[in-house]
Amino acid sequence: MRKYTPKDNVQGKAYYTDRFWVAPRVPRIDVEEGSHFATVVSALKKFAKESYIEVGQLIIHIKPTDNISVLSLLKEKCGYTQCSELSAVDYLARDGEFEIFYQMLNITEAKRVRVVCRIKQGEAIESIVPLFKMANFAEREMFDMFGIVSNNHPYLKRILMPEDWSGHPLLKTYPLQGDEAASWYEVDKIFGKEYRDVIGPENRDPAKIDRYDTKRFSRVGYEVPFGADISEGEKENPIEYSKTIMANYQKSSKQLKERR
Amino acid sequence: MQVTNKLTPFFENLNFERSDNMMVINFGPQHPSAHGQLRLVLELDGELVTKAYPDIGYLHRGIEKMAENMTYNEFLPTTDRLDYIASTANNYAYAHAVEKLLGIEAPRRAQVIRTMLLELNRIISHLFFLATHALDVGAMSVFLYAFREREFAMDLMEDYCGARLTHSAVRIGGVPLDLPKGWLENLEKFLDALPANIALYEGLLTENRIWKMRLEDVGVISGEDALNWGCTGVMIRGSGVKYDIRKEEPYELYGELEFDIPVSDRCDSYGRYRLYMEEMKQSIRIIKQLIPMYGDTQPQLMAHAPQYISAPKEEIMTQNYALMQHFVLVTQGMRPPVGEVYVPTESPKGELGFYIKSEGEPYAYRLKCRAPSFFHTGLLQELLVGTYIADVVTIIGSTNIVFGEVDR
Repeated sequence: MRKYTPKDNVQGKAYYTDRFWVAPRVPRIDVEEGSHFATVVSALKKFAKESYIEVGQLIIHIKPTDNISVLSLLKEKCGYTQCSELSAVDYLARDGEFEIFYQMLNITEAKRVRVVCRIKQGEAIESIVPLFKMANFAEREMFDMFGIVSNNHPYLKRILMPEDWSGHPLLKTYPLQGDEAASWYEVDKIFGKEYRDVIGPENRDPAKIDRYDTKRFSRVGYEVPFGADISEGEKENPIEYSKTIMANYQKSSKQLKERR
Repeated sequence: MQVTNKLTPFFENLNFERSDNMMVINFGPQHPSAHGQLRLVLELDGELVTKAYPDIGYLHRGIEKMAENMTYNEFLPTTDRLDYIASTANNYAYAHAVEKLLGIEAPRRAQVIRTMLLELNRIISHLFFLATHALDVGAMSVFLYAFREREFAMDLMEDYCGARLTHSAVRIGGVPLDLPKGWLENLEKFLDALPANIALYEGLLTENRIWKMRLEDVGVISGEDALNWGCTGVMIRGSGVKYDIRKEEPYELYGELEFDIPVSDRCDSYGRYRLYMEEMKQSIRIIKQLIPMYGDTQPQLMAHAPQYISAPKEEIMTQNYALMQHFVLVTQGMRPPVGEVYVPTESPKGELGFYIKSEGEPYAYRLKCRAPSFFHTGLLQELLVGTYIADVVTIIGSTNIVFGEVDR
């Protein structure tokens, strides 16, 4: 019987895992009373579902619909004036959800907070461009890589992949080897779909060089007539230079006289 | 797409719109001043830029996707290809993020070497910035002088790790090699010669009338806007916001070293240029402090964490358990604990951070590279509007973007 391979996550996997292996967890620390993070947590009490400190940074879980209100509170009340990064994590296979995180920075306190929310597949999230303009590019990248739509984004378009690309590369379902559309992308684009048969998979790679090809490559210094068959070896074909009389005016005045 | 006929001939780069007086021009993707594969669609009113649209993705290699399908150690050389001007900064940012996830710390000697290499890379990167920026603006001799010094710095990198651009000089948990014999002396010689050369560049540029005319009040961005657009590094310090991760959230040995963070409130390209020059001087100061620190350290180079990091070669060759563990780590890869981490570092370009989400597998579940240049490119759509087309090149040069990092 053929080995079962999951279709919802086609990424690389460990080829061997011990049966009794239980992965440990990075410790999560509760927020200490009176610390800077405690004021942040109390300011966001209404929205925070869960909050803890992991590797020195506060992580707050919120509802996806609250993202604007939480981030504006962080920006205006808590001094988190910069959003360093935002992106998503694909948990579709396990939970049917995307995890979206906003990495926030407080410049005066040198503290970082990560706001995390989860949305279902097909749901959209409100764009944070009115609050942080950096989201203009970051949300476009999130859309490009995961297909997560940000509502009210000024220009939601693919950013890294070509505009007519199909599929979103960072999804766990995205094939690693390149699918049919991806492998024919350049041929389809330049010649049209009907040329797939004419070109064939063996000539699909534009970097491929055929040493017997006398039609497309000029063989500098070793030119052969266009379209000649050279698979059986090629004829000696020296380049002819036009003959010019080189006159040495210093040496003899005779030539000069002739010319005059 | 433009319909071409005899009346409206096809111009490769130009598209005339008759309805208004605007001209749309394609800047790049192959433009010598675009510092890589930047395509910039500019809408011009005469010589004034009225709209700018940076189009990126021409160098997209899916590095984040590759990270999800490689073990942690396998991925490290790939980080070289992010900001290829200062590879060690990327290697370090990644290794440091994984170390934080594992909860280990590199031994003292490795920390000294890493900090030295980071600062050396900062000098290399800043010299490259200066050279290309000056060349873009039209000062060719600076390019030649700056590249000469950069060459010496790259020779030092080559002496250490064998590579000039793609260093991979940092490993998760330490560094692979000790400094070769005579390296510190060479480094010192280089550092002694550099201030005179920086003075030479400054003599050529700082009070240069043309240089000042081209850079002053060009690419002005307020501190608030810079924060809003996600700018970091020199871009933000050039706008009067004093924030350097080395100082504010010290990592490696930066907490013990004495150095200043230059800030400028000019908010323009000239201020940023001055900061780059000043930062090079600070880097020299940092490395000079590190050289005596090297002698006081123990020779251990990799952290002792048998679960994650292979033992030194002598132990692998002599001890059974070390060999077994090494075999498992090489064939299966290390398995960090479940958790997520975001670790920022101050790369020469700005805040380079790695967000790693681990599910306890030998492959990262998600790795996000927070590249400073990506956000600096996004800023161009606002920064370029209202400037003249001659200043476009100055502004792109001044943001110091590298496309390996933008497109990843």
